Amino acid sequence: MRRNQVAVVGAAETTELGVIPDMSQLQLHADAALNAIADAGLKLSDIDGFATAVETPQQVCHYLGIKPTWVDGTSVGGCSFMLHVRHAAAAIEAGLCKTVLITHAESGKSMIGKQPRFTAPDSLNGQFESPYGVYGPPSMFPIPVLRFMKTYGITHEQLAAVAVVQREWAAKNPRAMMKEPITVADVLNSRMIAYPFRLLQCCLVTDGGGALILTSADRAGDFPRKPIYIMGTGESVETPMVSQMETFNSSRAFKVAGSLAFKEAGIAHEDVDHLMIYDAFAHLPLFGLGDLGFMPYEETGSFIADGNTRPGGKLPLNTNGGGLSYMHSGMYGMYALQESVRQMRGTAPAQVPNAKISVCHGVGGMFAASGTIVFTNER
Amino acid sequence: MAEPQRARPKPTPETQHFWDGTKVGELRLQRCDACAHVYFPPRPFCPSCASRKVSVFKASGKGFLYSYVINHRPAAPGFTPPYAIAVVELAEGPRMMSNIIDCPQTPEALELDMKLEVAFQTLDDAITLPVFRPAKG
Ligand SMILES: [Zn+2]
Repeated sequence: MRRNQVAVVGAAETTELGVIPDMSQLQLHADAALNAIADAGLKLSDIDGFATAVETPQQVCHYLGIKPTWVDGTSVGGCSFMLHVRHAAAAIEAGLCKTVLITHAESGKSMIGKQPRFTAPDSLNGQFESPYGVYGPPSMFPIPVLRFMKTYGITHEQLAAVAVVQREWAAKNPRAMMKEPITVADVLNSRMIAYPFRLLQCCLVTDGGGALILTSADRAGDFPRKPIYIMGTGESVETPMVSQMETFNSSRAFKVAGSLAFKEAGIAHEDVDHLMIYDAFAHLPLFGLGDLGFMPYEETGSFIADGNTRPGGKLPLNTNGGGLSYMHSGMYGMYALQESVRQMRGTAPAQVPNAKISVCHGVGGMFAASGTIVFTNER
Repeated sequence: MAEPQRARPKPTPETQHFWDGTKVGELRLQRCDACAHVYFPPRPFCPSCASRKVSVFKASGKGFLYSYVINHRPAAPGFTPPYAIAVVELAEGPRMMSNIIDCPQTPEALELDMKLEVAFQTLDDAITLPVFRPAKG
């Protein structure tokens, strides 16, 4: 893909975020989609490309009344939307469609119109992981962290600082679920969920959604919003079984997706003004900073604990408050993308002054998949 | 009323040898005849070189504690928290998820890199699970 040839011209979240008991998951898709279409100044009939995850494209297209000529139902967990952005950019460049809508929504808290998750007992996960008492993401996603901490000398206090710093960003964001300031001691005294992770190191569980609209950069000037260009992209998968990762000292999918995106964007780490690293749990920003090549893994814990990623720090990270404090419906990638777009538009509640390049890094299905998008507001 | 049951694996044709092994007290792994790669979970080809010539062998049952969490809540059916969900690195190379028995389920007792040995937990006539305990000596 060539850099800066495709742009985001519409972006919006659902009208409400948090607990939305009066909307089904499908209706949340529609709410986000209609908000993004209004943001772009378009009509539904202008949309000829569509992508979503979990819900099928045919379900959402039919519900909305969209007649696409290109669809993508890639569903690799919470970073599916990063992959959709990458695929949509390629499809637009190839001329398969002109205007792509990407939706995400999840009734993660209210569980209305949401299919239950099920692990088949004859799947590999069902045979070789489920019998050992894994019970949802909190008992699986953190499994690598003790090895990572031992290898690199990361302390429990540094891991707790991830949640503290992100809460500082959330305090500046009226739409964040959790805004009360917290300390390292508060994190380390919060209820134990799955050692070493305590409640404040785990993501929220909420309802919500978001949608993006992409078109070619050549057309993007005709839209009401400042176009945000896709500068570079990357994606990969590793394994659906957390026990079968190549190593717990890094994520192969993070490394592959991240290095592809940086290379395609032609940027160095010093060029990054704003960074989002999907934080379903507090260890992910540490993996992300190391796997994306910002610094040696050994330095990631102190980098965050010393305040480098907080408001006013040299590398603003997870500026909406992240999955730990902003919101997390189960698949957080769309909200990370929304914050990158807001930062590039200059409309974020906790705006980073003069930010020109934003890196948005996602994870899906524990450490199963990854997608990275580099955005810029300069063509 | 019956207690909710622990999740039971359902073997497939490709994994049956593994579950046949645990029933007779063997931890069975596979080794590629072409490149000698040892792998897990079971499959009838080598994930390193794609050769379909692979052999099943009895592993030593030795390994070490690679990483873990101690789940405090909510518990999976059949489990009482707190309990550790561990990943063991086997002497032959592959890793597998497991539980650690005969050991307090605490961060103090569950020391990373501690030596472990396999044990077998019979769930029913069809399924015996490999679990691990601290190695003797
Ligand atoms: Zn081989």
